Amino acid sequence: MNALLFLIPMALLLGLAGLAAFLWALRSGQFDDLDGAAHRILFDDEDGNDGPPAKP
Amino acid sequence: MAAPDPDTDGACRHCGDPFDPDTAAAAGHPGFCCAGCQAAFGLVNGLGLDRYYDQRCLDPAVRALKPDADDAIPDYAVHVTPTDQGEVSLSLLVEGLHCAACVWLIERLLTMQPGVTHARVNMTTRRLSLRWTPQPGEGEAPDLGARRVLDPVLTVGYRLVPYDPATVDRDTDRTERSLLRAMAVTGFATGNIMLFSVSVWFGADMDAATRDLMHWLSALIAIPAIGYGIRPFARSAVTALRAGRANMDVPITLAVLLAAGMSLWETARGGPHAYFDAAVMLLFFLLIGRFLDSRARGRARSAAGRLLALGGAPVTLIEPDGRIRSVRPAEVPVGGTVLVAVGERVGVDGAVSEGLSDLDVSLITGETMPARAGPGDRVFAGTLNLSAPLHVRVDAVGERTLLAEIVRMMEVAEQGRARMVALADRVARLYAPVVHALALSAFLGWWLVGGLAWQEALLIAAAVLIITCPCALALAVPVVQVIASGRLLKAGTFLKAATALERLTEADTVVFDKTGTLTLGRPTLESDAAEWTDDDLRRAAGGAASSRHPLARALAGACPAAPAVSGVREHPGEGLSWDDPEGPTRLGSAAFCGVAKPGVGGTLGTTSSGRRPALETPPNRPRSMGLSSSHSLADRARDRSSGSGMIRHCEPASIDAGEAIQGEKRDIRPGLLRRFAPGNDDQNKSCANPIDSTDEESERRTPAELPPQEMGRVGAGFLGPELWLRVGDRAPVRFRFADPLRPDAAEVVDALKARGLAVELLSGDRPETVARVAADAGIETWRGGCAPGDKLARLAALRDQGRRVLMVGDGLNDAPALAAAHVSASPASAIDISQTAADLVFQGDRLAPVLQALETAHRADRLVRQNLALALLYNAVTVPLALAGLVTPLIAAVAMSTSSLVVTTNAMRLTRTRKSRP
Repeated sequence: MNALLFLIPMALLLGLAGLAAFLWALRSGQFDDLDGAAHRILFDDEDGNDGPPAKP
Repeated sequence: MAAPDPDTDGACRHCGDPFDPDTAAAAGHPGFCCAGCQAAFGLVNGLGLDRYYDQRCLDPAVRALKPDADDAIPDYAVHVTPTDQGEVSLSLLVEGLHCAACVWLIERLLTMQPGVTHARVNMTTRRLSLRWTPQPGEGEAPDLGARRVLDPVLTVGYRLVPYDPATVDRDTDRTERSLLRAMAVTGFATGNIMLFSVSVWFGADMDAATRDLMHWLSALIAIPAIGYGIRPFARSAVTALRAGRANMDVPITLAVLLAAGMSLWETARGGPHAYFDAAVMLLFFLLIGRFLDSRARGRARSAAGRLLALGGAPVTLIEPDGRIRSVRPAEVPVGGTVLVAVGERVGVDGAVSEGLSDLDVSLITGETMPARAGPGDRVFAGTLNLSAPLHVRVDAVGERTLLAEIVRMMEVAEQGRARMVALADRVARLYAPVVHALALSAFLGWWLVGGLAWQEALLIAAAVLIITCPCALALAVPVVQVIASGRLLKAGTFLKAATALERLTEADTVVFDKTGTLTLGRPTLESDAAEWTDDDLRRAAGGAASSRHPLARALAGACPAAPAVSGVREHPGEGLSWDDPEGPTRLGSAAFCGVAKPGVGGTLGTTSSGRRPALETPPNRPRSMGLSSSHSLADRARDRSSGSGMIRHCEPASIDAGEAIQGEKRDIRPGLLRRFAPGNDDQNKSCANPIDSTDEESERRTPAELPPQEMGRVGAGFLGPELWLRVGDRAPVRFRFADPLRPDAAEVVDALKARGLAVELLSGDRPETVARVAADAGIETWRGGCAPGDKLARLAALRDQGRRVLMVGDGLNDAPALAAAHVSASPASAIDISQTAADLVFQGDRLAPVLQALETAHRADRLVRQNLALALLYNAVTVPLALAGLVTPLIAAVAMSTSSLVVTTNAMRLTRTRKSRP
């Protein structure tokens, strides 16, 4: 029974973290260009000089 | 350096176009079709980005990546916006984007520029967002360094059109995003509540206190999640109720709220049954359906966005004191004068005050042959200036231009069709009242007859509402649609309207337009029964290589090995001339080359006016009612005033006629007609009754009236566009052009007939040409000389016979018919307005996509019907259980998820062969 008091908040927190991560990804425009993102991975960044992620 | 790929020998190493290696080597750019491509290749290589050439895949449907020195580069200064932190930003539409390698190359080229902090190309929307810090010294320049930053990209051959992000509709984007957010929240809630619910269902030895704790925790998650997720449904339900209707969202909202409320009450009094999981899961599934639906619908936006962008390019204004200033189109004063450079689109409606040039009017009229424009001629926003700079006196700008008006007309015509109600909505209309009646009778029955407390009875009623809620219905149809449109998209067909698939399945008659639809709409040099020698062709092609005129391009394309001639002078509206070793050479219209016989007008130039128009109109005029491009705009105005006007001048009026046919009585707009008809107003009085004049036109085109020598295609009276070549004092030779059938046209027509569809050909072209094309394609029913109004009338007649017509066409003259037909398709080569009017747009040189779309539509329709049957079956089983009060939260959850899974899996069968991109 005591385990529940510990496990339930943990499960909820993990879930919330996932939700927050998704909402952040959505807000930072990662779902704006699904076609481009799918192909972008095929090109290496040699200089690592990519711009910051797009703002919505 | 990337070595030239042996497989691509004969294709330019930069743009991939075929060229002749020997000529290129002689001209100093071995391996490339032109010096521009060589420079671009050098630039890309010099920056160490040559991997681009290994990784790219050229898309034949996209404009070749050819840097064109003549291209007018738009003025970016107007659209550069300063942001905070001293940066400036610019939004651009990228033309010429072939694949992901292009995205990579553009971003790389830009980020290599000093000062650029952000460069990102969105491959889906083809938009580029760019931010940079102006370098020292650039702060004063009007464009803050935009040209410097963009120059490498322009050199490589992409075309960058600035746009105003505010004009591109963001509303739909926002809705989609908020749906996605709501989906995420309810998804999270569903998962976590299920965690508690499952323990309650299966924790047989759980004591009441623990169960209550679980319920309270569920309530804690569910209430905010429902409050957030229900908004899209509640909003629509309230709107519907206000309007006195009931839509699907009413029972949904009611069920979710009722279930949540009852569960809260049940929890508060320590009862065993809480429906939080079912309520949230219902919302989650429905939001998935809603999101898919909105994505499927949202695709049409890009086309409209492009059209808007055309009107957004800056305009060069000539101030009264002679200074030149770049302004947004909306800021141009009426009566002012603007300068239109070569290669630039005219941004305003007006009259030419100075200069002589050829205009590509295809966006407005659907003509592929340019029209000549000289002082006094009317020009319209959206037309492209081909050969010489023009000064234009402004009559109308922005929303008042003809282009904007045509776009609005198409929107009106489209709304008529939007009244078509999707099958799912029709089912929903029946569904909602039945569900409400069932729930109410369950409540009343148990309370009054069954003798339960009203709270218990209400709980049962809520269970009925939840269990009947149309998860399957709301999910199955959008899933099928998204999969079907994904399948078509992969094959190069772009599905624009949400109900297009459904309407496609109902089509029983297919009506084709001829030019550009059954045929390719591109002039090609006729080589049988040629009157020219290879030497003539070589010489002519060499001169033609420097012109943008479609016929010149066809000529140059027919003989790519020809060495390009230097010193070619272009005479707008007439032809080309240059000095050949064998004497001064001219290529162009018959008159330009001094051919005595006025004949069928040479299409680089003007014909003498005053001849019978029936003789002047070559038959292969793409979609344009047989109008020779050899007419200058002024000639057309004269024709009009002499009562033998060209039908196409009245096309907008015919759009009005189309609306009238659709039952929307609208006034014919004389103002618009006057504006559309070229020349000044008093010359155009006769256009006041366009419909009469179109009738007159089609009567005039009866075959009996045609001179006999024009009935055949061989002989002196050949009826195609043509060019003449005259070298020195030698006799001129003639090059004739024809428009070939699409390679699989006959096959597709056969297949359509095999499916039991009636096939017809309606064309504005001359009857004998139409007859020949119809015979070649195997179409028995055909009609030539059709004005847009005639096409509409024919469609209306077919509709009166109870036929459902699939219209396939590509010109502006088809646009009203496309909008009026039951369902319509348009090739991607069609003008934007037709693409906007059509339900599907297909790419490539083949007609097979039409057939494929039909087949996919039928399969999708079968699946939708199966899904509806499954949903019904599910209800038949569960509703009695719910009415009997036997449904526990466990049963509700299992039943709901099972039904949703079943219909989704069934929909997935559409992908059968391989997984499609949704």
